[in-house]
Amino acid sequence: MTPMVKAEQVCKSFGALHVLKGITLEIGKGEVLCMVGPSGSGKSTFLRCINHLEQVNAGRLYVDGELIGYRERGDKLHEMSPRDAAKQRREIGMVFQHFNLFPHRTALENIVEAPIHVKRNKKDDAVARAKDLLDQVGMAEKAGAYPAQLSGGQQQRVAIARALAMNPKLMLFDEPTSALDPELVGEVLGVMKKLATEGMTMVVVTHEMGFAREVANHLVFMDAGVVVEEGPPREVLANPKHERTKAFLSKVL
Amino acid sequence: MTDVDTSSSTAPAAIDAVPLRHPWRWVAAVVIIALLVLFLYGAATNEAYKWHVFRQYLFNERVLAVGLVNTLQLTVYSMVLAIVLGVILAVMRLSDNPIFKSVAWVYLWIFRGTPVYVQLVFWGLIPVIYSTIQLGVPFGPSFFHFDLQAISFPFVLAILGLALNESAYMAEIIRAGISSVPEGQSEASTALGMSWGMTMRRTVLPQAMRVIIPPTGNEVISMLKTTSLVTGVPFTLDLYGITSREIAAREFEPVPLLLVAAFWYLVITSILMVGQYYLERYYARGASRKLTTKQLEVLAKAQGTGAPGGGGEGA
Repeated sequence: MTPMVKAEQVCKSFGALHVLKGITLEIGKGEVLCMVGPSGSGKSTFLRCINHLEQVNAGRLYVDGELIGYRERGDKLHEMSPRDAAKQRREIGMVFQHFNLFPHRTALENIVEAPIHVKRNKKDDAVARAKDLLDQVGMAEKAGAYPAQLSGGQQQRVAIARALAMNPKLMLFDEPTSALDPELVGEVLGVMKKLATEGMTMVVVTHEMGFAREVANHLVFMDAGVVVEEGPPREVLANPKHERTKAFLSKVL
Repeated sequence: MTDVDTSSSTAPAAIDAVPLRHPWRWVAAVVIIALLVLFLYGAATNEAYKWHVFRQYLFNERVLAVGLVNTLQLTVYSMVLAIVLGVILAVMRLSDNPIFKSVAWVYLWIFRGTPVYVQLVFWGLIPVIYSTIQLGVPFGPSFFHFDLQAISFPFVLAILGLALNESAYMAEIIRAGISSVPEGQSEASTALGMSWGMTMRRTVLPQAMRVIIPPTGNEVISMLKTTSLVTGVPFTLDLYGITSREIAAREFEPVPLLLVAAFWYLVITSILMVGQYYLERYYARGASRKLTTKQLEVLAKAQGTGAPGGGGEGA
């Protein structure tokens, strides 16, 4: 079976700054991968490379067997047209640290936006599906509310529903609970846990070690643009082998 | 002691304090009103204002049907054209394409850098500079021939002149609006698979409108008044041209006819200000945590029926 995400020696630099220095990973279908590490270690950048918000400089990145951001013809790579890149992104949902809901649209309008205008679904179908999704994330009552009227946790749950509305085969979470008050973290993690048990393939950049231990199949510890250590979360968290992992975990746990 | 007992069971009485006095506000108001009365009395009794001429021409058919109508048309047409061009220029300036970027920059440099009156006179001279328009292969055969001097179109040239000048200013206003939308917004749209154009149209521009509209309202009002410069083209059938050039020159009464023009400019400006208020309110939706009137009604209704959390309402 082709893995959902396959990264081979992925490198990314911004000018002279090398952020990713050869990341090699594989994420199987239905798996949950958690990425942890100090800030600036490249976790978010790697996540953004997966849906081509950033262009990879070296190495190869495949989602469901398809090369991201480039077309391969013979042994030459051709830059992908914006149109084709947009098509690839439709299959990959992304949830941001700061939610990035559209402030001028209600919760429901946020969710139906892409299905109606990108996928050209019928309005009635999109609204019905959106209501169903709002119900799943426990936000059915707030369909008509604008993002500014919602708490952080509620906004993030709407953001998750918005990403799910495109029926993605892969969900990316970029520190989804880092901007939340501690008491609101649980409601968002609850939704994510449910999603994981339903078989969604997920890549989660997080500082929630409890979530990683409980939900993830695989844990990756990154530092300074490389994967320092990886393995089953319980093992890595309980017996870190590498010095840097030990130092990091002693601070967060 | 008895007071304590009663207050525990009933709500406390509303505070009835003596309001803070502002004696100097009253003094200032009296002085200003006195000055205003003096000025109005002086204006009413001063022969030079010729109020009977003002009254005679205020609703004059030539002033309204030709002057006012032409001024309004010039304002609306040139502003619409300027906004369309402004959006295109702003998007060009913000694009990654170096050719678009530099073309927009040069355009702005020229049209913002020269006075609008000079531009209007120049557009008026276009038929002299370019007497014919030919479409064809350079130095080769011509497929299409258009004689500019054969037709007279000062009205079109006036609109073109005003719009091209204004579009440079609108481009900067729109660019500022677009830049004010947080990057996360276009990122979220991109991640949902939207194209760049759709992201602009559905996510960025609607949010930019909140920043764009107040200065654009300013520009519309400014444009209304700038139309009085089309005399440079020369186009003389606008409000100012009719009152001051045509009627005042005939009647030798410049003062009352200037007042007629000023009166109508003020009336239109006032109407525009009301329109701007409603436009701003429309594009401010979602910007505040405050519930809208509609949302409050729904909540009040739910409270009335006593259904806790009255969700699940039909579409």
